[in-house]
Amino acid sequence: MRDCKPILLLEDDTVDAMTVKRALKDLKVINPLVRVGNGEEALVYLRDDNNIKPCVILLDLNMPKMNGIEFLRVAKADEKLKRIPAIVLTTSKDDQDRLQTFRLNVSGFIVKPVDYIKFVEAMRIIDLYWTLSELPNSEQESLNANIQTDNACRR
Amino acid sequence: MPVMKPILLVEDDVVDASTVKQALRDLRVRNPLVHKTDGEEALEYLKDKDSQIPALMLLDLNMPKISGVELLQIIRADSQLANIPVVVLTVSKYEQDKVDTFDLGVAGYIIKAVDYDDFLRAMDIIIQYWSWNGLVEKEKEEENARL
Repeated sequence: MRDCKPILLLEDDTVDAMTVKRALKDLKVINPLVRVGNGEEALVYLRDDNNIKPCVILLDLNMPKMNGIEFLRVAKADEKLKRIPAIVLTTSKDDQDRLQTFRLNVSGFIVKPVDYIKFVEAMRIIDLYWTLSELPNSEQESLNANIQTDNACRR
Repeated sequence: MPVMKPILLVEDDVVDASTVKQALRDLRVRNPLVHKTDGEEALEYLKDKDSQIPALMLLDLNMPKISGVELLQIIRADSQLANIPVVVLTVSKYEQDKVDTFDLGVAGYIIKAVDYDDFLRAMDIIIQYWSWNGLVEKEKEEENARL
């Protein structure tokens, strides 16, 4: 990804979360991966000023407590969070889900391929695209937090 | 097979617009391209009941009449148009432009490369990404071979 900030993954399924982690490792993506199990946990993470804001959010739609759509409604209405690109990674091929999430300003809606090789290819393109795209700086972060991320990101 | 939605390019610069057109041809993108030269023209197109809502919008920022940011403000407030993914294609590296456009929910902010090969590589990544999103389609390999 463009900078060394973490990637926040909202995924309740442990196997799916491990697949994302493995794909990022295979692609040698150096951004740390932070995984939370639902939208509620994601908001706690994102609103904690001790945490570095992620460069992108990858999210599943079907999750307990607070699902992906409910999370997007809150995050995209929050002045401090709305600029973080959120990409839906789902098994849902439902056009309504696609329309609804794009209306909530998601930056992508990718149907997860079942085949691992194809899934890695999808993750490769996501990584390339979000390395190419500029991102606004997060003015909330302390200089210290930035230095920590820079160091954490050295190959 | 569903009708393929167009890509809407909103770009006032003639040379930049023809470069985008060339890149889409070189990348064998199947979606038709609709080109509008400023925000006002783009809005007219988008509001016209006979127009097809685009799959994706490629948006320049600095344009006469209605700028890119102003156009974004209008379409994000319109329930019929709010769900169009918008990718900014610009020369502007100003932080404020990035903040303003991400505030309005853009799905990418790409600085236009001057060199055509670099620009083509960037467009290739953009097209592949939106192809994974199911919104853009390229000609298949067999079709390429026949051409």
